[in-house]
Amino acid sequence: MTTSVTPDADVIGKRSEHLYFALRNPKVVIGLTIVIGLLLLGVIGPFFLSGSPNEYVGPKSEAPSGEFWMGTTYFGQDVFAQFVHGLRSSYVVGGLGALIAFTVGLSVGFTAGYRGGLVDEFLNMLTNVVLVLPALAVLIVISSYLEVRGIVSQAIIIGLFSWPWVARAVRAQTFTLRNRDYVDLAKLTGKRAPQIIVREIMPNMASYLLMSVILLFGGAILFAAMLDFIGLGPTNAVSLGTMMQQAMAWSSLHLGLWWWFVPPGMAITAIVGALYITNVGLDEVFNPKLREM
Amino acid sequence: MLELQNVWKSYRVGSLGSKRLTAVRDVSFSIAPGEVLSVVGESGSGKTTIGKMVLQLISVSRGSIRLNGQDITAARHGERKEYYRRVQGVFQDPFSSYNPIFKADRVLETVRESFFPGVKRAEWSDKVDQALLSVGLDPTAVLRKYPHQLSGGQLQRMLIARALLLDIELLVADEIISMLDASTRIDVLNLLGDLKERGLGVLFVTHDLSLANYISERVIIMRHGAVVEMGATGKVFGDPRHPYSRNLLASVPQLHRKWSEDPVDLEDLEPDGDRDVAPPALREVDEGHWVAA
Repeated sequence: MTTSVTPDADVIGKRSEHLYFALRNPKVVIGLTIVIGLLLLGVIGPFFLSGSPNEYVGPKSEAPSGEFWMGTTYFGQDVFAQFVHGLRSSYVVGGLGALIAFTVGLSVGFTAGYRGGLVDEFLNMLTNVVLVLPALAVLIVISSYLEVRGIVSQAIIIGLFSWPWVARAVRAQTFTLRNRDYVDLAKLTGKRAPQIIVREIMPNMASYLLMSVILLFGGAILFAAMLDFIGLGPTNAVSLGTMMQQAMAWSSLHLGLWWWFVPPGMAITAIVGALYITNVGLDEVFNPKLREM
Repeated sequence: MLELQNVWKSYRVGSLGSKRLTAVRDVSFSIAPGEVLSVVGESGSGKTTIGKMVLQLISVSRGSIRLNGQDITAARHGERKEYYRRVQGVFQDPFSSYNPIFKADRVLETVRESFFPGVKRAEWSDKVDQALLSVGLDPTAVLRKYPHQLSGGQLQRMLIARALLLDIELLVADEIISMLDASTRIDVLNLLGDLKERGLGVLFVTHDLSLANYISERVIIMRHGAVVEMGATGKVFGDPRHPYSRNLLASVPQLHRKWSEDPVDLEDLEPDGDRDVAPPALREVDEGHWVAA
C-alpha cells in the first residue's frame, strides 16, 4: 500500500508545498494584505470619487471630517481623493518600472550567461556601466528635458536604470546552470536556446525571480517618490510623492496641516515596508532552513 | 559508421579570448555498428571533449566528423536534430542529468515532444514501457517520480532508455558508471553489452582500464589531447607499446598486490609540449595496432 501512496503524495508535492507554507507564513500574509489592500483602494477608490483630484471642492485647510476623510489642502482640494489617485499612480509606476527592469535584466542576464564569450563580456560591461552611472543625476537631467512628464515616462526612466542588479544575478546563476548535464540533454533533444532557457534554466531560479520582482517593485515606488519629492514628478497627474512635495512647498508643516502629508508618507512607507516583509517571508518559504516551524 | 578525421579542438580562454587552449589534437578514428570503442586517458586528456564533439555539444575547430559519410560538423539546427535521432549520449552524473524540479520521466516526454509530436499518448506510453523494460527497469517503479527518489543506476538506465526511444545507431557513454556504486556498475555495463549485440555502436569514454577491457572491442589511449595508442583491446592491453600505456596498465590497482611489497614503478614520460604542433604520427606496429612514435 505504501508504495502506491508515496508517489501520489509527491505528485502534489513541491508547487503546492510552497503555497502551503506561503499562506501560513505570517510575514507573507501580513505583507501581502497591506500591499493588496492599498492596491484595491487605489484601483476601486477613484470610481467613487471625482475624476479630477485637483479640483477645489471644499473649504481651505480643513481638518479631517465626515465629509472630507483626510481633510482638505491649503487650497481646498480633497486630500482623500488625491491620496486614492496617488496610490493608483504609485502602483502603476512601481508595476511598470519593475516590469521594464525585470524584462531588460532577464534578457541581458540570460543572454550573457547562456552565450558566454564575447557577448557576455560586452553585456557585462554594459551592465557595469549602467550600474555605476549616478542614476539620480542622470534622471534629473532627463526629467528636466521632458516637457510633459507623465507616470509612464517616469516608469520607463526608472525601469531603464534599475535592471543591472537583476541582470548580474541572473547572469551568474545562468552561468552555473548552463553547465548542468540536463541542459546538454535538452540540446540532444533538439531544443533551441530560448526553449532551454525558459524550460530548463528559468524554473530553477523561479523563487529568486519572484523575489527580485518584488524588490524591483518596491524600489521603483520608492525611487518615484523621491523624484516626485524633488519636483521631478508627473506634471499631469497626482502621485503620493507629488502630494508630499506640494505639502512641503506650501509649508503645511508650519501651518499644522498634518493630514496633507502624513497619509501619502505613511502609504509609501507601508507599501515598501510590506513588500520587504513579504520578501523576507518568501525567503523562509523557499528556503526551508529559515522556516521557524 | 561514425568517422572522425583529423579533429582538432581549441578553446579561446582569457579576457576577450586572447589565449588558446588546445584540448584535442589531430584525432582520427571510426566506430562500426555493433562495436564498443573505449577512449581511455587521464583527466584533461581530451576524452570528454571528443565525446562532446561527437554529440555536437561543442564545435570542432578543424577536421570533420562524418556519420555514414555525411559531414555533421556544419549542420544547421534541423539537420542536427535529425542527427540526434541516430546519435545520443548519456553523461557521467545521473543526478545532474535530470532537472531536479521536474519528474524524472520528463526526459522521456521531451523526446516525444521533439521527435514524435504526432504519436498518440497510449501508443507512446507503450513505447516508453517497452524501452524501460529493455533496460531492465520496471515502468511502475520509475515513472512519475522525482530524480531524488530514484537511484543512480535507475537514472542512468532511464537515460539509456531515453536514447533507445529514438532509432539510434551510436551511443556516446561519457563515464556513465563512474558515479555508480560497484554493484550497479556491472548491470549498466552488461546493458551496454546487450546494446552492442543489437548492433549499436558505443563510444565508451572512461578512465578505468578494467572497464574498457571488460566491454570494448577496440580501445584508444589518449594523452595531452592526442592519441598515443589505438587498437584491438587484446593487443593494446596484452602488448602495450607506448610508455604511457604501460604506465597506465601498471597503475591499475590489483586485489592481491600491496604497495609495501611491490610498489608500482613508472617510466619517465615526455612532458606536455606545444599543443599547437601536430602530435607524433601513429605507426602501425601490428595489424590494426597503432602507436605514436
